[in-house]
Amino acid sequence: MGEADDGLKSKRVVFVTVGTTCFDSLVRAVDTQEVREALFKKGYTHLVIQMGRGSYIPTKSTGEDGSLSVDYFTFSSSIAEFLKSASLVISHAGSGSIFETLRLRKPLIVVVNEDLMDNHQSELAEELAERKHLFCARPQTLYKTISAMDLDSLVAYQPGDATPVAKFINRFLGFTDE
Amino acid sequence: MENRDGSFFSDMGCINASILLIIGASTLIVIRIFYIIYRSSKPLYSTPPGPLSTLIVLGSGGHTAEMLNLLAVMQMEKFMPRYYIAAATDNMSLQKARVLEDSLKEKSEAGLVGTSHFMQIYRSREVGQSYITSVGTTLIALTHALWLMIKIRPQVILCNGPGTCIPLCVIAFFFKAFGIRWSSIFYVESIARVRRLSLSGLLLYKLRMADQLFVQWPQLKSKYPRANYVGRLMVLSGGEF
Repeated sequence: MGEADDGLKSKRVVFVTVGTTCFDSLVRAVDTQEVREALFKKGYTHLVIQMGRGSYIPTKSTGEDGSLSVDYFTFSSSIAEFLKSASLVISHAGSGSIFETLRLRKPLIVVVNEDLMDNHQSELAEELAERKHLFCARPQTLYKTISAMDLDSLVAYQPGDATPVAKFINRFLGFTDE
Repeated sequence: MENRDGSFFSDMGCINASILLIIGASTLIVIRIFYIIYRSSKPLYSTPPGPLSTLIVLGSGGHTAEMLNLLAVMQMEKFMPRYYIAAATDNMSLQKARVLEDSLKEKSEAGLVGTSHFMQIYRSREVGQSYITSVGTTLIALTHALWLMIKIRPQVILCNGPGTCIPLCVIAFFFKAFGIRWSSIFYVESIARVRRLSLSGLLLYKLRMADQLFVQWPQLKSKYPRANYVGRLMVLSGGEF
């Protein structure tokens, strides 16, 4: 899934995205030593963080000392490009980010923001995790999820289909289907 | 003595008559509302109707994407003219709808898919606004919604939340009750709702204002039996809108 073939030197990017939200506890979580080490152990070489409206600034690292290279930015118009080049995506629980990542068939860890008042977003992440389309984590348990995850256990999400609803509406209104 | 008794009885008669009148009128209104609710859940026409004027309420980001995803597979020549409404603070949704309409017109012959109109509506409450000032803004928003609905008088309403669609659906329900315009209201709950309906979905379900309500997860169908479960709608084609 997106890895280059040239063995040890291949660049494997982890892309963290919070969308347009403010999700400091996720940015803080990926900035911890535990998460960085867990990612590095899994063979990832680069960590790119899209931090949105958050105020917590993660520490940059060039990765020259043989550890994970870390970079960050607030917003970008080319989020899709970052998603495409990633080997692993760690995302907030917004449905837009989730389905965009699933569409690109990238391994995905969704981190639920527990600070949100009406937290219906965890419903979608937990349901999709149960169906093995992604992994679901909390900021405090992210490093455990990374260490324990088995990418081969993931099942590709089957695209939906809006035609049954369109047909239902047609029948209800008395239109005949062609 | 007799006189006083007489006026006493005529007073009583007057009160009785007005009580009867009030009871009669409210019974009629209740019967009418029950009839509307009963009639709304039934198919409308026995023979195929002509094109129906359609109001499409665009929510915002994810909601708009889901709605356009549905519109892409609908036979638009049956739903025209089309009126798109989005919140005044949401600039992206109408633009995306225009892109869809432009591609429709390119694909089909001239005039076949009908005309489309784009409108914005005031929101009753912005995020973070105080409850006291929101009484005033709600009244303004309702008046604006009523004005738009009088202008459009749609026969079909498609919506999928969030709150923007509620005043429009309430007004459409009153139009039905007072015989101004019959409309069929379809509500599609967002894919993000797995276990509980959103507030908009719950209102339309409980008040029986939506003719048909669609959910995208089986859990919701078992919790809300009058909803229709038709699988997930998102085709994940992405990017084209």
